[in-house]
Amino acid sequence: MGYFNSFSDFLNMGGHALYVWLSYAITLVLFLYNLLSLWLKKRAFFTQAKRQLKREQRLS
Amino acid sequence: MKITMPRWFYQLASPKWCYDILGMLSPWLGLAALILLSVGVVWGLVFAPPDYQQGNSYRIIYIHVPSAILAQSCFMLMAVAGAIGMIWKMKVAHIVAKSAAPIGASMTIIALSTGAIWGKPTWGAWWVWDARLTSMLILFFLYIGIIALYSAFENKASGDQAAAILSLVGIVNIPIIKYSVEWWNTLHQPASFTLTKKPAMPPEMWLPLLVMVLGYYCFFAFVLIGRTRIELLEREQKSGWVSAIINEAR
Repeated sequence: MGYFNSFSDFLNMGGHALYVWLSYAITLVLFLYNLLSLWLKKRAFFTQAKRQLKREQRLS
Repeated sequence: MKITMPRWFYQLASPKWCYDILGMLSPWLGLAALILLSVGVVWGLVFAPPDYQQGNSYRIIYIHVPSAILAQSCFMLMAVAGAIGMIWKMKVAHIVAKSAAPIGASMTIIALSTGAIWGKPTWGAWWVWDARLTSMLILFFLYIGIIALYSAFENKASGDQAAAILSLVGIVNIPIIKYSVEWWNTLHQPASFTLTKKPAMPPEMWLPLLVMVLGYYCFFAFVLIGRTRIELLEREQKSGWVSAIINEAR
């Protein structure tokens, strides 16, 4: 597999496993955070907007 | 003096037109980001050769360098959008700038934290008060300041103005980050990519890095478009085209 002899060799990253995997984990978390906050922003808008639209329709 | 701009420039000022066009672009950018980032990560982690000095820890480069590039590109985009917003009184430009700020801040966090983790096995320290690291930390504080300004005003237009001014002032930090490795004696290595010189790495190493940079740009564009579209809806909530979209969404 690529430049590694085995899967455990790959996980070990030549003794730098902690540094490599910690960096990739932090990056993954922040990428997911960006997607999650986008989704939450969208949901918050539509929940609020629908409620307001209903209120306006009841008044008119 | 009145500067006349092409027609598409004025269409950009129409929130509905922007909402529709961005909605068409969004899925393609999301797909491109997914493909490029998957290919880039596997290529960089598995198939790129190890570095002759740093061994495998150098593989952090594939997430560190693109995030540092994006952190700076995003700041420049914010400053340009802020300037356009102030000069032409274009609301959409301010909305783009506001939507970019949190993404840029998260890219700066990735660059700083992966840099610190990479520094430990390479330099023997998590953090050094080196010119490159310090100027990136200042970039992070600028992002925080800009995000805070957007929500510090009751009137959204005042927040837009204040944040645009801070991003225009803060732009002086960008050349400082770029040339910090040349102006000062630093531990940080010089740029991996320049437009004029050949990379100091073999293609097996820089090709996956290029794929990752493109993937980061697509991801950034995807999230930016998503945030911009919702911000457009929020600010235009009173207009008819937004009511139609809200009605459809139920």
